[in-house]
Amino acid sequence: MIAFLIKRLFHALLVMFIISVISFAIQDNLGDPIQQMVGQSVPESERATLREELGLNDPFLVQYLRFAKNALQFDFGYSYFFNEPTTEVILRHLPATLELVAAATFLIVTLSVPIGVYSAIKPRSPLSRLFMGVSIVGISIPVFLTAIVLIQIFSIGISITPFPEDIGWGSWLNGLLSTEGGMPAYGRGNDLTHVFGTWYTNYASWDSLVYLVLPAISLASIMLPLFIRLIRAEMLEVLQSDYVKFAKAKGISMRRIYFLHALKNTMLPVITVGGVQIGTLVAFTILTETVFQWPGMGLMFLDAIERSDIPLIITYLMVVGLIFVITNTLVDLIYGLVNPTVKLTGKPA
Amino acid sequence: MTTTTPPVPSHWARFRDSYLLYSFKRDLVAQTCLLVFVSMVAAAFLAPWLAPMNPYDLAQIDILSSELPPFWIAGSDPSYLLGTDAQGRDLLSTILYGARVSLIIGFGAVILQALIGISFGLLAGYLGGRVDAFLMRLADIQLSFSTLMVAIIVGAVFKATFGGETFSEYAVVLLVLIIGLAEWPQYARTVRASVLAERSKEYVDAARVMGFRAKRIMFRHILPNTLSPIFVISTVQVANAIISEAALSFLGLGMPETQPSLGSLIKSGFDYIQSGSWWITLIPGTVLVVLVLVINLLGDWLRDVMNPRLYKG
Repeated sequence: MIAFLIKRLFHALLVMFIISVISFAIQDNLGDPIQQMVGQSVPESERATLREELGLNDPFLVQYLRFAKNALQFDFGYSYFFNEPTTEVILRHLPATLELVAAATFLIVTLSVPIGVYSAIKPRSPLSRLFMGVSIVGISIPVFLTAIVLIQIFSIGISITPFPEDIGWGSWLNGLLSTEGGMPAYGRGNDLTHVFGTWYTNYASWDSLVYLVLPAISLASIMLPLFIRLIRAEMLEVLQSDYVKFAKAKGISMRRIYFLHALKNTMLPVITVGGVQIGTLVAFTILTETVFQWPGMGLMFLDAIERSDIPLIITYLMVVGLIFVITNTLVDLIYGLVNPTVKLTGKPA
Repeated sequence: MTTTTPPVPSHWARFRDSYLLYSFKRDLVAQTCLLVFVSMVAAAFLAPWLAPMNPYDLAQIDILSSELPPFWIAGSDPSYLLGTDAQGRDLLSTILYGARVSLIIGFGAVILQALIGISFGLLAGYLGGRVDAFLMRLADIQLSFSTLMVAIIVGAVFKATFGGETFSEYAVVLLVLIIGLAEWPQYARTVRASVLAERSKEYVDAARVMGFRAKRIMFRHILPNTLSPIFVISTVQVANAIISEAALSFLGLGMPETQPSLGSLIKSGFDYIQSGSWWITLIPGTVLVVLVLVINLLGDWLRDVMNPRLYKG
């Protein structure tokens, strides 16, 4: 176990090292910090001295080591645009993204497990077929399009009038097809509750929670079909296995077999896939936050690209890299703990 | 005594008797999807002849006829079947040209990732050892970041390096490069897995004993036997590449508005959705979804027919 832990930690450090080298290479090659600092009017001689003072003429390795030393102390310099340390800018935007991801994860977990299990237990029922059909359509819809459709339906509202209004049921059917709109679809609202530090939350009051609804549904929509299909496929396979048949033969109640015996083994691969998908979820927050102007890290990152705010871009890359590395390592460790067939020390089978 | 060997069936005869064609003839969903897909591709690539106007030609655009609704809504102009966008471009023509751009990037990116992925997968699977460990670790790291994230980062770096102007000018090539570089691990992993299975078979040993070089064995002997999984993931990857392109364009890291793809059409229309002009964004969106959906359904069908145990999902 200890050897496995150390191996995983070493792997994680290696990945962080690679990310830092890439980030540094980007920083080194993009833009001229002197230009950013002093502007046009300063003569070339002064620029040269400033360059020497800042150590910009040092060899790549020396400069990288300096960068790494600062990075270990979470010092990535100042954002050009906000004119404050980039880590503070990130910390200010982080809670919004995390709250969005938390809400989406909640939706994914609470919906995918029951639906996936149901369509595995009753694969031929019309409801299962409906779920499967909807899920392949869901996979084919890009997340920003889901978001736009949600905005059109629930925020702007639609009015469809295919039926003649003069008949009583006509107007009733028209009303049924049309929506009111009015759901907030822009930003986080003004009723945020302060928790501590830079963390303002949407969860504390009903008025601010509604701001979370449409973005969270959009973000969840991309992962939900994937997890439903995965859980269904794994569950179907587990239900074919000998131990389930044996449990049936012993006369254990079906409910107990499904939810105690089968579901446990179904969740194993779901954990690994889930861990990898956290990375995808972060990528999709960029899209979701753009559509809803949700003031999180993704929107901040895109704005930083627009403004060529290189220190902020670098910091975002490092922070996101760190999130990925931590989640992947944790997932591996958890998987090793819950699945005794994984050889923790030796080579993978 | 004369032995008569049966004549070698031609490619066409083999195809005619194949299980692939047999199951295709019996699957209505697959037939419909192929029909829709082929007609969409044909319409997109025949856009210069089919489209009522050329959206790249500024002389044909009239700003006065901007934001006209499609034909079934009151206030529409019959010469613009699906209405116009905010710049007064005919939406139908813009969608046809946009679908062409999306398809070119989608196919181009898949060809590039297939080239990288198949070579790396063959090398890793056949040579094993350090090469394998290095390439697969690289693929793992990249996959743990998710392909879209990698594409966004590479796109951002390209945009910052080249500047907005140059980026827009070479956007098609750059997008093929970005998506190709971001998604090769899928191919490499699939190819490696089937190479590992093939490598221990006798025909490979025979070829090695006969003194063929590794390169010949890899590309001439093993590769043809790994083609069916490659075929299956290629369909899914085309759909993924088209979605990735749309996502990048939506974020402003893709095609410029002057040369729109479906993604940048959706993006430019999104600014007008609050003013009630939903068609500028939702009609190209529907086209995109239908295109991706039929490719995904075809991929599903192909997977069931060719290799039932390739995927679990």
